[in-house]
Amino acid sequence: MKKLLIILLLTLSFDAIANEEIELQSANIDLSDNESLQRGAKHFVTYCLGCHSAKHIRYLRIANDVGADPQKVLKDIAPEGASIYDQLHSAMNKHDAEKWFGTQPPDLSLIARSRGPDWLYSYLKSYYVDASKPLGVNNLVFKDTAMPNPLWQLQGEQHAEQRKTIYGEYTKLVIEEHGTLSEKDFDLFVNDLVNFLVYVGEPVQLERQRIGKYVILFLLLFLVIAYLLKKEFWQDVH
Amino acid sequence: MKPTRLNACGDWVLDRFPVTKFWNEHMAHYYAPKNFNFWYFFGSLALLVLVNQIITGILLTMNYKPDAKLAFDSIEYIMRDVPWGWLVRYMHSTGASAFFIVIYLHMFRGIMYGSFKHPRELIWIFGMLLFVALMAEAFMGYLLPWGQMSYWGAQVIISLFSAIPVIGDDLSLWIRGDYVIADATLNRFFAFHVIAVPLVLVMLVFMHIVALHEVGSNNPDGIEIKESKDPWGHPVDGIPFHPYYTVKDIVGVAVFLLFFATVIFYMPEMGGYFLEHANFIPADPMKTPEHIAPVWYFTPFYSVLRAIPDKFAGVIAMGGSIVVLFLLPWLDRCPVKSIRYRGGIFKKALFLFVVSFIALGYLGTQPVTPVATILARLFTTIYFGFFLLMPIYTRWEKTKPVPKSLTKDHSLEEQLHAIEEQIPAFIDEITEIKPVATEIGHPAFKSSFFNRRPNPVGIKNVATRLAKKLIESLD
Repeated sequence: MKKLLIILLLTLSFDAIANEEIELQSANIDLSDNESLQRGAKHFVTYCLGCHSAKHIRYLRIANDVGADPQKVLKDIAPEGASIYDQLHSAMNKHDAEKWFGTQPPDLSLIARSRGPDWLYSYLKSYYVDASKPLGVNNLVFKDTAMPNPLWQLQGEQHAEQRKTIYGEYTKLVIEEHGTLSEKDFDLFVNDLVNFLVYVGEPVQLERQRIGKYVILFLLLFLVIAYLLKKEFWQDVH
Repeated sequence: MKPTRLNACGDWVLDRFPVTKFWNEHMAHYYAPKNFNFWYFFGSLALLVLVNQIITGILLTMNYKPDAKLAFDSIEYIMRDVPWGWLVRYMHSTGASAFFIVIYLHMFRGIMYGSFKHPRELIWIFGMLLFVALMAEAFMGYLLPWGQMSYWGAQVIISLFSAIPVIGDDLSLWIRGDYVIADATLNRFFAFHVIAVPLVLVMLVFMHIVALHEVGSNNPDGIEIKESKDPWGHPVDGIPFHPYYTVKDIVGVAVFLLFFATVIFYMPEMGGYFLEHANFIPADPMKTPEHIAPVWYFTPFYSVLRAIPDKFAGVIAMGGSIVVLFLLPWLDRCPVKSIRYRGGIFKKALFLFVVSFIALGYLGTQPVTPVATILARLFTTIYFGFFLLMPIYTRWEKTKPVPKSLTKDHSLEEQLHAIEEQIPAFIDEITEIKPVATEIGHPAFKSSFFNRRPNPVGIKNVATRLAKKLIESLD
């Protein structure tokens, strides 16, 4: 018996071994916040769509889901000349992309599902100046990323500083030159953007959770009836 | 009563087609033991999941495109633009994982109560063939979304065939239809996934059930109910499957669907286990993901593969870990079927086996580290030890006497009632009355419960008693 327990303990403690990833900051995701989603959509079109598409979603769907008037979406959010039935296509072509960045920027429709909101939030906040890189910047979350920092004017320039504590060394990012947004506003900006990306990853999320309640309620009722039926049939089985 | 036209029409068919005979043979006059417990739900649940997979699968093929250029996008089209497509797709993806959960529990039940033993060896063999077919079905289905994990998972698994000496490389080329996983592979996997393997599955399910109904069901006591019959020739300890077990299984279905719906509507990715995060990135033959892991239901076998240092030996071991299950009816030499009357050594071995299976499953999802490799080797040894040492240790077993007829299982109500009765005594033991009762507050709060505090000595006693009972139950 003792041996069994030791083996069990070993398996459990194994969980704690070596996870040297950088601690991510957590994004505050609220898909029912339509205003945040609308702001996020606007940010996406302004700052991301230049290079990245989101080809699995259409402007009309966005308008319907975030409770905005399609005409307003077309006027305020969509780029000049887009139709409401268009998907969020990027204007940059493949050939240019490969020439400029060495790779084609990925489509962002599902980025929140593959990376997770916290990763995106931390990633967009973790650019710092690194003169040794061709783009002059590096990223703490995604080392040697091929993407330049599209939000540097808003955030300002961050520098990486090595700090030492009794627990070991870590890197801290410090804003040296402030951008057009305060630190708090910038966090909100990135959060809205990530919120929008989470929505785009699976537009049906809220709907699915809404329907789920009724399905589960029905199944509970069904369970009660099924159980009473079973009891009735089995009452004289001994 | 004068026969109506409808009745006459029905009789016309029944005279020519043996529906009644079939129904009676397999449902109304099929006698099943009275004492089936919780573990016996999983057979019918597996059938339910199979039907779910077939129906949702047919609906998915209506919009899915088996083409390397279109596959990934067509899935997203289903998820976003096809009405209710997301629901159908989640039912199918969750159903795949649910299938394996149900089947693993079903198999565990078989091992626990000796359902694979004489005279049910063939049922076990058909069941194992079903399991292998199911693994093939799941493996090929997983390539279809054409995500990064689909692609690289298939790449890794098919490259295993190239480890076979002499014919290996040609064989894996023949399976893929190309030098890497490509459009040709996707198309043939689609063909196998939607028609070839499902046909085999349905046929095997039919044979599994026919074989079961020929010899009769086993039960938690592991005794043959056919050996004691009443004057009418019905087993004394049996009841007709219909209506008794049909109504009972409906309760099981309701509970299962509650879990199933919770996953579908609230956690369809199941934290990256049912739908892996990396699979939301389209397949890219030029970019190998850092960490390739199969879906959770293959990870125990994948761990066995990785635990062996040599590739070919690893492939043999992985195959062996499944083949050895086929041999179970002949490895187990103990005449007693049910774990209830078997010796402590079997209970401990089974416990170790379950621990090692789960641990191997967990290790298979994790990246390789030196510690993980050592653990995987340890658990692989236990896994094979459970089966290969079985002919030896099952002979030493000190079994308990098996009763002549079924023992009565306490019903759920009785069990709950018994627990309810023990609660006050239990609370008395683990808590003690506070030395000074507080005078403030509502009188209700002065009653016994709120004037108590945890009693360390009592808690220790309860814990020791529980541990002792646990050890006792393994003997």
